Amino acid sequence: MHGLINRAVQSFVCLTYGRDRWQRVMRATGLDFVEFEGMLTYDDAILGQVLEVLRQELDRPLDDILEDIGTFLVSHPEMQRLRRLLRFSGETYVDFLHSLDDLPDRARLAISDLKIPPLDLREFAAGCYCLSCGVGLPGFGRVLIGVLRAMADDYGALVTLQYVGSNGRQEQIAITLVNSAFAAGRSFDLGARTA
Amino acid sequence: MTEPTDLARILTRLCPMSLIVDDSGHILDAGPTLQKLCPESPLAGQRMLDLFCVLRPRSAVSMDDLMAFPAAQLRLQLRMPPATTLKGVLVPLPDGGAVINLSFGISVLDAVRDFSLTSTDFAPTDLAIELLYLVEAKSAAMEASRKLNLRLQGAKIAAEEQAFTDTLTGLKNRRAMNHVLTRLEEAGAAFSLMHLDLDYFKAVNDSLGHAAGDHVLQQAARIMVEETRQGDTVARIGGDEFVVVFDNLSDRARLEAIARRLIARLEQPIPFEGHACRVSASIGIAISSEVRGLIDDGLRQRRVGRMAGAGRADRDGDHGARPCTDGEAGSCMLHLADLALYKAKRSGRACHRFFTEDFVVPGGMGPFDSPDLLVPGDPRQARGSPVALASTVAPLGRSLKA
Repeated sequence: MHGLINRAVQSFVCLTYGRDRWQRVMRATGLDFVEFEGMLTYDDAILGQVLEVLRQELDRPLDDILEDIGTFLVSHPEMQRLRRLLRFSGETYVDFLHSLDDLPDRARLAISDLKIPPLDLREFAAGCYCLSCGVGLPGFGRVLIGVLRAMADDYGALVTLQYVGSNGRQEQIAITLVNSAFAAGRSFDLGARTA
Repeated sequence: MTEPTDLARILTRLCPMSLIVDDSGHILDAGPTLQKLCPESPLAGQRMLDLFCVLRPRSAVSMDDLMAFPAAQLRLQLRMPPATTLKGVLVPLPDGGAVINLSFGISVLDAVRDFSLTSTDFAPTDLAIELLYLVEAKSAAMEASRKLNLRLQGAKIAAEEQAFTDTLTGLKNRRAMNHVLTRLEEAGAAFSLMHLDLDYFKAVNDSLGHAAGDHVLQQAARIMVEETRQGDTVARIGGDEFVVVFDNLSDRARLEAIARRLIARLEQPIPFEGHACRVSASIGIAISSEVRGLIDDGLRQRRVGRMAGAGRADRDGDHGARPCTDGEAGSCMLHLADLALYKAKRSGRACHRFFTEDFVVPGGMGPFDSPDLLVPGDPRQARGSPVALASTVAPLGRSLKA
């Protein structure tokens, strides 16, 4: 598992619930470290361990936590960089949705060993989409819902999102675009300097 | 403004950074993105070469020159600030005039900032957005890697500082020895300490090179480990300086036997790449049970020194820096053995000497004020560092200056 994914969970917990909470979680996992390094690789099982302890610590359903992680990744001020990288995908939320097919390749372009499950967007009626998410990253579908919701806010679009389910080979998310220009959205300056 | 021609309409969509010029070089139509570079006045109607200077081809100074090199890659520069450079190509039109298609090339990063461009300013087939994405993504990844490298470097330095092993010989290092000595002295344990210095080592190093020197040090280390008990601490504390700490051993006869055997074995030639390296050793020995009073003096002084040191550190606002950490204040036993070693060296080397109380001159002159130590040109002073000397003197507080 790429350290960036573990690191994302760490950032979420630290910035949402505080460092102490994170340290408590990591101690409870029995691992002999507290910090994940974004540029290292970790055993796949570790993330599952961390999430299980986190679920108990926060006493919330794991799916909700995962969705919050997705929202956090796009909307938290500390995560500007990821939000910007996603906004490069297109001018509108619809552009963004259609660019999701490219997301794994985009991720790989930035960091060659960062593997994201394949995504496939189908439009089955005007404004009604189904996003299929391949396996490989357990819980990624739930995280995606959080990302899609936060990106809708970012573009000023009004959408409804529903987790349809998982058949073991892929997870499916239903997306209904109610209004693509519901609110002003956040501006995206192509040339902004990010420090 | 005239009706856009079909060509202009097509170009606006396909090449938003294109110009249509007539034979005289006047702009007939300009793409919308290019217009953003000169927001003050419409480009149409202006002379292209009034707006841009030609960097390449170098020989081209007029429109006729440009038309004469239709295959050449153009390099243009905006005459106005911020003097953006553009690359492009010129294609003559069949009915006169030409189309010039331009692109920012590598200057696209600055251009999007300078002209507040958005993704709609680029042709859908243009890779500019992908390039911007890539630059930003790679910068983020590079930054993360750089931070990791810094952390790893810090961890490496910390690990080295905390290391207890001498990497060349595999023996304990000075830090480890200091820990052991501090523990033994503070516990009031019965132990002995041998301070061993290789004789003629410098000659080996100078004549046969560092590799030979390193080999000798490794062999000497092996001999010392073999000639001592498993529970004894053998450390290399300097270039060719070694210390052996014998816990729970105070018997002079046994120590003497060990010292003689060590010297005898170290004097046997050590083969190295066809050469025989010859060294010997001088040894100074201190036995804790014989110098209990001096050790206690030293411990008292060290405690005072620590308190003074702590006060100074607080005043400096630097709580991390302590002058006396990890036993660096110096071990009394090490210092006494050092004096005995010095005596052995002066007795012609290749021998051992015990520290005895008669090193202390009655009437306030301590062992550390020994005139021998202050002889100008003293080889030990020249070699030893003043800091090491000061740190061994301080614990006993018998400096001449005091």
